[in-house]
Amino acid sequence: MMASSYNAKDEDGHHPGSVGSGGPGAVKSKKPDNTAFKQQRLPAWQPILTAGTVLPAFFMIGLIFIPIGIGLLVTSNNIKEFEIDYTGVDMFSPCFNCSQSYSWNSTSACTCSVPFTLDQPFESNVFMYYGLSNFYQNHRRYVKSRDDSQLNGDKSSLLNPSKECEPYRTSDKKSIAPCGAIANSLFNDTLELFYIHPNGSRIAIHLVKTGIAWWTDKHVKFRNPGENNNNLSIVFQDTSKPVNWRKPVYELDPSDPDNNGFINEDFIVWMRTAALPTFRKLYRIIQKKKDNMTPTLPPGNYSLEVIYNYPVRSFDGRKRMILSTISWMGGKNPFLGIAYITVGSVCFFLGVVLLIIHHKYGNRNNNADIPN
Amino acid sequence: MGSLLSACGINVKKKKVEEERHLRANDREFNLSFKYANNAIKTSKYNVFTFLPLNLFEQFQRLANAYFVFLLILQLIPQISSLSWFTTVVPLLLVLSITLAKDLSDDITRHKNDNHVNNRKVEVLINGELKSEKWMNVQVGDIVKLENNEFVTADLLLLSSSEPLNLIYIETAELDGETNLKVKQALTLTGDLGNDIQKLAAFNGEVRCEPPNNRLDKFTGTLTMRGETFALDNERILLRGCTLRNTEWCFGLVVFGGPDTKLMQNSGKSVFKRTSIDHLMNVLVMFIFGFLAFMCTILSIGNAIWEYQEGNSFITFLPRADGANASLSAFLTFWSYVIILNTVVPISLYVSVEILRLGNSYFIDWDRKMYHVKSDTPAQARTTTLNEELGQIKYIFSDKTGTLTQNIMTFNRCSINGKSYGEVVDFAGQRVEVTEKTEKVDFSWNPLADPKFCFHDHKLVEVVKSGSPEVQAFFRLLALCHTVMPEEKTEGELFYQAQSPDEGALVTAARNFGFVFRSRTPETISLVEMGVPTTYELLAVLDFNNVRKRMSVIVRSPEGKLTLFCKGADTIIYERLHPSSSKLMEVTTEHLNEYAGEGLRTLALAYKDLDEDEFEKWKERHHEASTSLEDREAKLDTIYEEIEKDLLLLGASAVEDKLQDGVPQTIEQLAKADIKIWVLTGDKQETAENIGYSCNMLREEMKEIFIVAANTAEEVREELVNARKKMSPESGDEPPIEKSRLLGKKSQVVEDEKVDGEYGLVINGHSLAFALQKDMQLELLRTACMCQAVICCRVTPLQKAQVVELVKKHKKAVTLAIGDGANDVSMIKTAHIGVGISGQEGMQAVLSSDFSFAQFRYLQRLLLVHGRWSYLRMCKFLRYFFYKNFTFTFVHFWYGFFCGFSAQTVYDEWFITLYNLVYTALPVIGLSIFDQDVNDRWSFQYPQLYAPGQLNQYFSKMAFARILLHSCYSSLVLFFIPWAAMCDTVRDDGKDIADYQSFALLAQTCLLIAVSVQMGLDTYYWTAVNQFFLWGSLSVYFAVTFTMYSNGMYLIFTSSFPFIGTARNSLNQPNVWLTIFLTTILCILPVVAKRFLFIQLKPTINDKVRHKVRQAKAVPPPLPRKFPRRRISTRRSGYAFSHARGYGDLVTSGRFLRIPVKSRPALFPHTDTPVADSTPQTYRTIFEEAQSP
Repeated sequence: MMASSYNAKDEDGHHPGSVGSGGPGAVKSKKPDNTAFKQQRLPAWQPILTAGTVLPAFFMIGLIFIPIGIGLLVTSNNIKEFEIDYTGVDMFSPCFNCSQSYSWNSTSACTCSVPFTLDQPFESNVFMYYGLSNFYQNHRRYVKSRDDSQLNGDKSSLLNPSKECEPYRTSDKKSIAPCGAIANSLFNDTLELFYIHPNGSRIAIHLVKTGIAWWTDKHVKFRNPGENNNNLSIVFQDTSKPVNWRKPVYELDPSDPDNNGFINEDFIVWMRTAALPTFRKLYRIIQKKKDNMTPTLPPGNYSLEVIYNYPVRSFDGRKRMILSTISWMGGKNPFLGIAYITVGSVCFFLGVVLLIIHHKYGNRNNNADIPN
Repeated sequence: MGSLLSACGINVKKKKVEEERHLRANDREFNLSFKYANNAIKTSKYNVFTFLPLNLFEQFQRLANAYFVFLLILQLIPQISSLSWFTTVVPLLLVLSITLAKDLSDDITRHKNDNHVNNRKVEVLINGELKSEKWMNVQVGDIVKLENNEFVTADLLLLSSSEPLNLIYIETAELDGETNLKVKQALTLTGDLGNDIQKLAAFNGEVRCEPPNNRLDKFTGTLTMRGETFALDNERILLRGCTLRNTEWCFGLVVFGGPDTKLMQNSGKSVFKRTSIDHLMNVLVMFIFGFLAFMCTILSIGNAIWEYQEGNSFITFLPRADGANASLSAFLTFWSYVIILNTVVPISLYVSVEILRLGNSYFIDWDRKMYHVKSDTPAQARTTTLNEELGQIKYIFSDKTGTLTQNIMTFNRCSINGKSYGEVVDFAGQRVEVTEKTEKVDFSWNPLADPKFCFHDHKLVEVVKSGSPEVQAFFRLLALCHTVMPEEKTEGELFYQAQSPDEGALVTAARNFGFVFRSRTPETISLVEMGVPTTYELLAVLDFNNVRKRMSVIVRSPEGKLTLFCKGADTIIYERLHPSSSKLMEVTTEHLNEYAGEGLRTLALAYKDLDEDEFEKWKERHHEASTSLEDREAKLDTIYEEIEKDLLLLGASAVEDKLQDGVPQTIEQLAKADIKIWVLTGDKQETAENIGYSCNMLREEMKEIFIVAANTAEEVREELVNARKKMSPESGDEPPIEKSRLLGKKSQVVEDEKVDGEYGLVINGHSLAFALQKDMQLELLRTACMCQAVICCRVTPLQKAQVVELVKKHKKAVTLAIGDGANDVSMIKTAHIGVGISGQEGMQAVLSSDFSFAQFRYLQRLLLVHGRWSYLRMCKFLRYFFYKNFTFTFVHFWYGFFCGFSAQTVYDEWFITLYNLVYTALPVIGLSIFDQDVNDRWSFQYPQLYAPGQLNQYFSKMAFARILLHSCYSSLVLFFIPWAAMCDTVRDDGKDIADYQSFALLAQTCLLIAVSVQMGLDTYYWTAVNQFFLWGSLSVYFAVTFTMYSNGMYLIFTSSFPFIGTARNSLNQPNVWLTIFLTTILCILPVVAKRFLFIQLKPTINDKVRHKVRQAKAVPPPLPRKFPRRRISTRRSGYAFSHARGYGDLVTSGRFLRIPVKSRPALFPHTDTPVADSTPQTYRTIFEEAQSP
C-alpha cells in the first residue's frame, strides 16, 4: 500500500470549493448547511468538576451555611412560646370531666379553667393558637369534602352543593351550608385568657378575632352569597346548618357582619386544611400594649377558660393552646437553624477530606497519561 | 415496550388465493373478469375517513397508551380517583396528537409518492391506437410501449424490441442493486410483431402463468398463440422497477400490475429493529410495574392498619361511605395509589425518547463531514430509532467490494519481458511517493486516449513508442483478449462496457498506450495500433470461468498470422508455459510478488503463435464439442486445454483494486475503539487476504494469522480448535456460557475469552459452510471472537446473514453490517444495525439499511462521534428521566405515612399534570439533544472513549439500581426537610403556613429546583439553548404557578384552581426560601462529593479526556498521519475477473452487435454531475485525489 489518498481536509467540511452553493443557477447540492447548530458546534460552556471549583464551593457553602444557621437558631430561640395541653386525658387535669362527657348536641356547655404561669414576659404581638394532634385534616376524603363554589358565594352551589360533600351534603332535604366534612368538623371550643393579678383579680385579656386569616382567603376565596344582602339569615334560609354545628353559619359572629357567614375568620382558618396530622391554627391575636412599655403578657399567673365542645378523645387526639411571639422567620422552629449549621459543618468537613484526598491521589490520576 | 404491539397493523382483506393467472392480450373485458389488480399502487395506510379511527386503534395497541387509558378509567371511579381526570388526559392527548401528527405527515408523503408514481405517463395500445395513459390506468393484458431510459411500468412480457434479435437491455439497480446491464430477449414469434401497431393490436395471445409472487429470478408460464403454446421464463419478463437502457423502444404485455408486481410483492414490511436499550427498558418497565405494585401494596396495607386503628375512631369527623370497612378501603387505596404513583412509568418517556432519537437522526443527516461531495450524497439515518445503538457496536461485518474498495480498478504496474514499469523513481533511484503533484504521463500524442487515465512512469510510453515488440505484444494482447463492448458515440469518444472492472482497466490501459480497441463484430476486432487502424479476425473466444481462471482469444492478424492470446491467474498460466519461458518466469514471479505485496490484483499474460493446420483441426473438434448436447461445458474445457499450452510468457499486469478513501485509517481507528471487524466477501481467499492487509485489518505485527481452508467437517473443526488452543492454551473444550439470571430463558451467551496478543483469522467459504453447521457453530464463534480481525471469503449472501446471526445470538454484543450491494441485504437486515453505502451501486442495500452514506470512512464518524454521543445522550436522558420521576413519585410514598395512607397527593394536581409535560420536558430534551462530553475531534483523538458504550456502562440494571437509591435519598430529603421546617411553624405575621396547600407548593418548588440543579450537574455541554430551556422552564413554572393561583383564575374556574393565593402567601416567606435552598444543597451535595471523589480516585477515560481538553483548551493536535510500511509479501492475488462467465457467448454468437455506429444514448449518460464521476466507467488511478500538500 502506497500513500493513501485519504484526505483529512475532506473530513473537515471547510475546504474551499465546497462552501456555499456556488452562485446562482448552480445545481442544488444536497450538502447540509454549515450552521453551528446543524454541525453540533454550538458554542458552549463546558464546566467540569475540578479541585479548583469543587473544593472552594464546599468551603464556601460551609462558610455561608454556618452563620445562617446560627442566625436562624438564635432567632428561633428568642421566640417565646408557651404551650398547654388542655385535652383532659389526665384524671387530675381540670378538663377531665368535660372530656369524658362528650356530645356534639349537648346544649349545656361544659367549661373548665386551666391555670398556668408564664415565667417570661411576652413582648410585642402575641399570637394564640389552638393545636390539634392526630387529627387527619390531610386525609384525602376529608380534604376534598368541600365545595369551593359554595364557599365563594355561588348561589346555585349554595342550594345544590357538590357531590364531594357527601355525606354532609344535605340534611332534612335541605342543602347544608357550608357543606362537607371539613366544615362539619369546625373547631368549636371557645378559649378565653385571664391574667391573674398578684392581687388576685382576674383581668380578661382582649383577644382580637379578626386578621387571623389570609387576606386572599378572606377577600377572594370566601364570600357570602347574596352580594349586598346584609341579612344573612335570609340568604341562608333554604339551607340547613352542618350536622355537628350548634348554630347556623350566619350566626357565627352576629356582632360583626364582616366576620359572619362564610367570611368568619375562625371558619376560614379551619377550612385551610393542615398538611400534617399534628397542626396548630391561629385563634386570636393579643395586640401589644400601646405604651410599648409594659410587655403584652407580663410574667405571672394566667387562667385559660375553655368552653369545652370539641371531642378528640375518641381518636386519641390532643388539644393544645399555644401562645407565641414571632420573628422575621415566623414561629419557633429550631430545625432550620440546626439543619443549616449541620449541613454547613458537614460541607466544611467534606471539603477538608476531599482536599486531602485530592492532594494524595488527585494529581497522580489527573496527570496520568491516557493510554493510546 | 411502546411498539411491541404496534407492528400488527390492519391487514388488507385477503382475496381468494389466486392459483393461476390467465389473461389475453388486448382483451380488457376478458381480463377484467378475473378482477386482477390494475397498475395503481397504494403504499399509504389511511384515507381521509379511516385515518382517525385506524390510527387511534393502532395507537391504543401500544402497551403504554393502553396503560394510560386503564389509568383514566380508574380515575373515573370516584372512590378510587385520587387525581383529577386531567392529570392523565392532558398528557395522553398530547402524546396521541403528536403521534397522530407524525403518522399523518408520513402518510401524506406516501400519498404524494403514490400519486407521483401512479400519474406517470406511458404509451398504451388501446383500440388499435397508442395513447398516453397514466400508470394507474394500465390494466393487465394491455400492451405498452416503453422507450429508452424509461421505468418499466409493470411486470411485462416482452413482445418486441428495436434491437436485433429482440434483445433489450435493462438496468435492475432498484430491484437487486446491480448496475451492470442485463439482457432480455423476446420470443421470436412475438418479436416479429415489431412496432407495427396493427399487428400488435391484433395480437391476442393468451398467457397462463404463476400467480403473483415475490421471486425475482423465476417466472413460469405459457403463451398460447394461434393454437401453439410457448414456454415463458424469466428471460422474457421485464419487472417493474427496472429501467430500459440502450434500447430505443420495446413493447410489452402487462402480466402483473400494481400490487401484484414482484417489486411490490417484495417490499414487505421489514423487520422492526429495537435497540438493546429498548430491550433493557422493557425489562425495567416490567420491574417498575412490579415495584409500583409493591409500593402500592405497602401503602394499602398501611391504609388497612390505619383504618383499623385510627379511622374507626375518626369516623366522627370523617365518615366512611356506606358499607366501607378497612379491607375495602385498603383495596380502593391500592388503586388510588396506582394512579398517584403512575409517574414512575411516565407516558412522556416514550415520546421524549422518540423525539431525541429523531433529533439525533437529524444531526446525522445534517453532518457535513459525512457528506460526499463527489456523489453529492449526504449521510442519511433511514431508521430513526436506533441511534444510541451506534455507540455500542462491538462487531462490524463488512462487505469488501464497493464498501472497503471502490470497485474501481486502476492499471497500476506491469512487468513486461522481465522489466517492471509503473513505479516513480527519483534521480537517486529511490522510490517516490506518488501524490497529486507527481507528473502524469502525457498521452496527448494519442488522440483516442482516455483523458481520465493516469500513469506516472514515463519510461513505459517511451518503450512503446520506440516500438519494442514485447511491449507492443503486451498491449496488443490487452486490446484483443477480453469481452469488453465498445461504444463510440461520436467519433473518437470511446466508452467501454466491461463485464468486470478489471477488464475495463486493462483495455483502457492498452488504449492509452496506443493500442486502441475501437470496435468489434462477431468475427473481427478493430484496433488502432499506434495510430494505424488494424483489423483482426476473431476466430475463437476461449471464455473465462471459475475453474479455468483464464481466457484466451485466437485471432488472425492482417498479415495472416494466427495467434492465441491468453491472460489468467499466474499459477494457471505458469503451468502452461513453454519451457523457454522459464527464465522470464522467475523474474516475473519476483515482480508478481512485489505487486501482490502492495495488494494489487495480478494477471499473467502469454501468447502463442499457431500454425494453420493445427488450428483447423482444433477448430473442427471445437465445433464438434460446442454443438454436442451432452456435457458440452466439460468437453469444451478439454478442447480449450488442448490448445492453451506451450505458451510464451509476455509479462504480468497489476491492477489496483482501489480502496475507498480513508479505509485503513478508519479501520485502525475502529480497532482502537475495540471494535472487531469481520470482512465477509464473495471474493477469493487471496484477494480478500490482500485487501485485509492493504486496509490494515491484518497486520504484519499480528502474532499469527490462521487460515482455515479444509475440505471436511472434521478438518475444519480441528483447524479451529488448534487455532484456539494456540491463542489461549488454557481454554477449555466447553464454551464458557454465561449464567443466565432470567428464569425460564436459557441463555446462549458465550463469554469472551482472554487472549494474549493479536491474531487474525481467514476462513474460506467451503470451510465456513461446515463451520456454520449446528455442532460447530460455537467452535467457530469462540475462535473467531478471539481474533482481532476475521475474513470470510467466498461467502454467499445467506452465509453472510448466518455469520451475523451467529454472533448476534451467542454474544452479548451489538453488531453492525455494512455493505453496498444486493448480496449484502441479508446481513444488513440481520444485524442490529445495517449500513448501506449509497451513491455507488444500486439502491437495494441502502433501501434495506438503517443508515446510509457514501464512503466507508464515514463509519468512524458515525460510530465514534454520532453513535457515542447518541448513546451518551440517551443514557443521560434515561438516567435523568428516571431520577426525576422516581424522586417525584417517592415523595408521595413518604407522605402516605402522614396522611393516613389516604392517597392524598403531595403536590397540586396541576403540578402533577405539568411536571413532565412542561416544567421538565424541554430542559431534559435540550440536555439529551445537545450534550457532548468532548467534541468530535477529541472523540477521534481518543477512540477509547467508545468503550463504555460497548460495555453498557452508562445505562444498565446496575445504573438503574443506583438511580433508584439516589431518588430514594433525594425524595427523603425533599419530603422530610420541608416537613421538619414547616411542622408547627407559622408565617412572619403569625398566620398559617403549615397548611396543605402551602406545603404542597413548598414541596413541589423544592422538587423542581432540586431536579433542575441536578440537571445542571449532569449537563456537560451548556449551549445557549440549554440555558434558555432550563431558566425558561423555571420561569415558566413560577409564571404558571402565580397565574393558576391568582384571583382571576379562581373566580373563573373556582373548583379547578383551589390553590388561590398560596404562592403569594408562602413564597414571600424567608424560611420558605431557606428551606428550598437547604433541600437543593442537600440533594446535590452527595452527588458532587461522590463524583469528585471518583474523578480523583478512579477517573474514567471520559474524565481523563475531559480533563485533558480543559488543559489543552484548544483543538486537539491533528492525528499523526502514519504511512503504512511497505510490505514484502508472497501473498498474491491472481484474480482479475468477475465470478460470472463473461460475455464470450454473446460476442461470438453473432447475435450481437449488428449495430451500425449510430448516435444512440450513452450507456451511462456522461454529464457533469458528480455522480457520473464515480460510475465504474472511470478507471481512475490511485493518486487522482491524493492529499493536498
